[in-house]
Amino acid sequence: MRKLQTAVDPGSPGFAANAKVNRALVEQLRERSAAAALGGPEESRKRHTGRGKLLPRERVMRLLDPGSPFLEVGQLAAFGLYGGEAPAAGVIAGVGRVSGREVMVVANDATVKGGAYFPMTVKKHLRAQEIASQNRLPCVYLVDSGGANLPHQAEVFPDRDHFGRIFFNQARMSAENIPQIACVMGSCTAGGAYVPAMSDETVIVRGQGTIFLGGPPLVKAATGEVISAEELGGADTHGRRSGVVDYVAENDEHALAIVRNIVANLNITKRVELDVAESRPPAYDPEELYGLVPADVRAPYDVREVIARIVDGSAFDEFKPLYGTTLVCGFARIWGYPIAILANNGVLFSESALKGAHFIELACKRKIPLVFLQNISGFMVGGKYEAGGIAKDGAKLVTAVASAEVPKFTVLIGGSFGAGNYGMCGRAYSPRFLWTWPNSRISVMGGEQAASVLATVRRDALEAKGETWPREDEDAFKAPIRQRYEEEGDPYFATARLWDDGVIDPAQTRDVLGLSISTSLNAPIPETRFGVFRM
Amino acid sequence: MSRFSTLLVANRGEIARRVFATARRMGLTTVAVYSDADADAAHVRDADRAVHIGPAAARESYLVPEKIIAAAREAGADAIHPGYGFLSENAAFAEAVIAAGLTWVGPPPAAIRAMGLKDAAKALMDKAGVPVTPGYLGDDQSPERLAAEAERIGFPVLIKAVAGGGGKGMRRVDRADDFLAGLGAAQREAKAAFGDDRVLLETYVTRPRHIEVQVFADTHGNAVHLFERDCSLQRRHQKVIEEAPAPGMDAATREAVTAAAVRAAKAVGYQGAGTVEFIADASEGLRPDRIWFMEMNTRLQVEHPVTEMVTGQDLVEWQLRVAAGEHLPLRQDEITLSGHAVEARLYAENPASGFLPSTGVLEHFRLPENVRVDSGVEEGGEVTPFYDPMIAKLIAHAPNRELALAALASACDAVEVFPVRTNAGFLTRCLEEPDFIAGDVDTGFIERRLEELVTTSEPSPAVLAGAAAAAMIAGDDSLSEQAPSPWRELAGFRLNAPPQQAVRLFLDGKAVMAEPSETAGSRSVLLTDENDIVVFEHGEAFRFTLAPDVSRAGEAGGDGQIRSPMPGKVTALSVEAGARVTKGQPLLVLEAMKMEHAMSAPFDGLVEEVSVSVGAQVSEGAVLVRLAAD
Repeated sequence: MRKLQTAVDPGSPGFAANAKVNRALVEQLRERSAAAALGGPEESRKRHTGRGKLLPRERVMRLLDPGSPFLEVGQLAAFGLYGGEAPAAGVIAGVGRVSGREVMVVANDATVKGGAYFPMTVKKHLRAQEIASQNRLPCVYLVDSGGANLPHQAEVFPDRDHFGRIFFNQARMSAENIPQIACVMGSCTAGGAYVPAMSDETVIVRGQGTIFLGGPPLVKAATGEVISAEELGGADTHGRRSGVVDYVAENDEHALAIVRNIVANLNITKRVELDVAESRPPAYDPEELYGLVPADVRAPYDVREVIARIVDGSAFDEFKPLYGTTLVCGFARIWGYPIAILANNGVLFSESALKGAHFIELACKRKIPLVFLQNISGFMVGGKYEAGGIAKDGAKLVTAVASAEVPKFTVLIGGSFGAGNYGMCGRAYSPRFLWTWPNSRISVMGGEQAASVLATVRRDALEAKGETWPREDEDAFKAPIRQRYEEEGDPYFATARLWDDGVIDPAQTRDVLGLSISTSLNAPIPETRFGVFRM
Repeated sequence: MSRFSTLLVANRGEIARRVFATARRMGLTTVAVYSDADADAAHVRDADRAVHIGPAAARESYLVPEKIIAAAREAGADAIHPGYGFLSENAAFAEAVIAAGLTWVGPPPAAIRAMGLKDAAKALMDKAGVPVTPGYLGDDQSPERLAAEAERIGFPVLIKAVAGGGGKGMRRVDRADDFLAGLGAAQREAKAAFGDDRVLLETYVTRPRHIEVQVFADTHGNAVHLFERDCSLQRRHQKVIEEAPAPGMDAATREAVTAAAVRAAKAVGYQGAGTVEFIADASEGLRPDRIWFMEMNTRLQVEHPVTEMVTGQDLVEWQLRVAAGEHLPLRQDEITLSGHAVEARLYAENPASGFLPSTGVLEHFRLPENVRVDSGVEEGGEVTPFYDPMIAKLIAHAPNRELALAALASACDAVEVFPVRTNAGFLTRCLEEPDFIAGDVDTGFIERRLEELVTTSEPSPAVLAGAAAAAMIAGDDSLSEQAPSPWRELAGFRLNAPPQQAVRLFLDGKAVMAEPSETAGSRSVLLTDENDIVVFEHGEAFRFTLAPDVSRAGEAGGDGQIRSPMPGKVTALSVEAGARVTKGQPLLVLEAMKMEHAMSAPFDGLVEEVSVSVGAQVSEGAVLVRLAAD
């Protein structure tokens, strides 16, 4: 493979200026992640640990193998939502290794409003299940939740992708032999009771875990029966009498040890059918990404500089380098795994789209995972291009992306605007994982363009009525539009709503992708059948 | 060597192997004897022939003279070496061997007898001009006589009640002026405690040191010594570390003590290898006039290797040559001292729990190779509870004492034994004691420092690093994905945060955080079948587990309530309230569905309540017994 050459000069003033901005963004990201990782307010955490319970993050870490990576998803879910009262949406989710197998862990955080499900909690739980289902990861639910968040019940309870879907997914995954394991470490009330009840194997912690359809107050109101929570749904009730649980643990740590044993006994094998090579670090320091990625998302730069800091040995064999040059395509490896990269290097033209579709066909035929590095302002517009059939060529790329059954991974490294988002495997195209950089922007079009479009429409309407529109009025009209696009295009606005799986430090991109790709290999890579390519 | 050709060693373990090694080199056929417990022992494999001599208990096997002699006949042995311990100082056995027409590799039975009675031996030695501990045990109990005797013995002197014990009626007197007052007090106490105010006097040894001299005599009237050994490092009269020569030994004292030892041997018509033990008062260093005969051991000593190392002689070979009627291999003036040798006795015991013996299979047993190792066991062998728990001796030899101690300390440091516990760490700490290195020892040395010497050092950062690195492998017992994977390589990866490489492990049940580092590879690490991690350092085996030990939790009866699994009748009850029970111990028998169900204790604990009696009909789920866990 050919090693990419670099034109980046780490001693240049531009590099330093970019690095300053990008490092500040990463610093902010780390602070926000660390804050979310704490969970609920200090006093609820104290109350939690005061009962002899481990904090949810501690539970996850002790569940995982010593030294296991933890690929957290939705780390900043619900960021800025619900009055800031739901850090990480009150649930920790991510992929880690347990007894040598990659599993999806979903752990309720009872220090966040008793672990109750906000709308984003549900969405994150379902996303975790989706990742598990697509990649065939056993699911471990560390349950400690009071159930649905009642004030938000309308956004949580009834719809297809609401609370009920959790149990639907459990049943469907269980049917496909994607093991479902529950560890009841706190409350499991009402609907929540179905998490353990619908699991393949269930553990409960004595004196701590309870499972019931109706809690003691509800029972008293309904039938007059007075009964303690422990007697109603504790370890002995379910371990000895009801059979709702299979294993009784003495404490959190013991329960996690039992779960580890359950996973060790699953008879799961991961068959990697790729031509894996020895992993080599990139020849260029990934931290140079801070200095080479422009502080201004609109400024052009050569995306190969990014590729050179992500792939093994900075080696990249480019496909059709002379054709459709605004879409860079080529083969490389990450952590030894062969990958096919599509990376934007400008606006998408017909040629770029055709080249991309061709390249995806190659990858699917050869069962090579696809990596999309998205920095796209959109497809080219204008009379010449419409007449040239850019719509049908763009459609070919979208068809190829949508049909591709090889694992797909998307990283938003800059702008993600308009149909470019679709052609470059945005969320709607079901990449196995979608990560974003803190400098990225996502919206249907740029704020400036949106404001201009809307202003033009308005000006045309006013002028049609013979009115005039002073320049200052137009500016006043455009300002709030720009402002709104600015807010909603922010990566934290996106990640809070789980449009992605997380904002990541650019310097960790290679490792995040390596773990993501490796995770995806738990599922066999199916044959791809493409839809009709309009010719 | 014409007198015998096949040698039976009436012993086991390291000494049997030690004797076999020399015998084999000298062209003799070797015969081992073994009990049931030793059928697979290393000494049995070492020998050309092996004869089974009975059950594990030594008194039914290794200690039965008839069985040994019968074994010799069966295997065609014409000589018997007794080793040490067991029958080695049993005169009757020696006589029986000789009577059976076999060659006895040991001293004449009469010499064994003469030295076997300690008081008589002392008197005999006194007569032969060997200095014995000064004292007075006489009928004349007049204060004048006692004072005069005290003067003769020299101060400090110890006044002891003849009928005494437990320190009652015992007084140490440092000056003649204080003697009468001390005597009065001792007599009054003795009278009150025992109704007998008679006292005896002994010299008071302020700083006792154990010095012994290796002697050898042949059947032609020749006797030599092979210099002295110092065995002052003892714990409860058990030698721990022995060395040759004795630190601080000057020419005059050596001359006095070795000459006395040879005289002692000659006085009893000694033949073969023997050791004359002396007690020295080292309060003013070793002095010719402050060293007295204690007893003579009429056999080869455990610590004979240190003498071999400093003299360059094979003492077993000497024994065999003397037994064969040959002259001593060397004249006195041909025997020279070279350098310094130290021996440490490696025991299968746990110093931290009062030196209780530790038994079991030696799953991991690695001894250093840069010192002499006389070992009785091998990896995979077993330490049984039937015999002395000494499993090996480590002997270092160097040009001087400092170097020898350092070499032995590093050898003990490198001992790796698991899961059987050893005193290797304890030995290392003894050898590294500055006072010991300075040669400032006496027999109370260990007792005075016992607390610090038995305290296991904290595992070093290198141990923790080694454990953490191993934990990353131990946690992953799946073989199905051994391909390289970032899931393996990216240790402790965290999104948007530095890697978290610290691993939570349990050391003796206590949680510790361990982080891998470059020092991880500097300690030897063992992964057990149970996925426990054992890291060796300073002779200790630090055992880490990945999960806390909650073995009994969650099992049936985890809450201590023993319930009836089905309706039935109690037909037997074997515990009552207040009884202590151990896990698995039967509690009661329930008859149900024409079957007997024995209910047993799910864990160790105390019976709090027995809710039923024999004959009681019980329903399903009824609480029969309540236990409280320990």
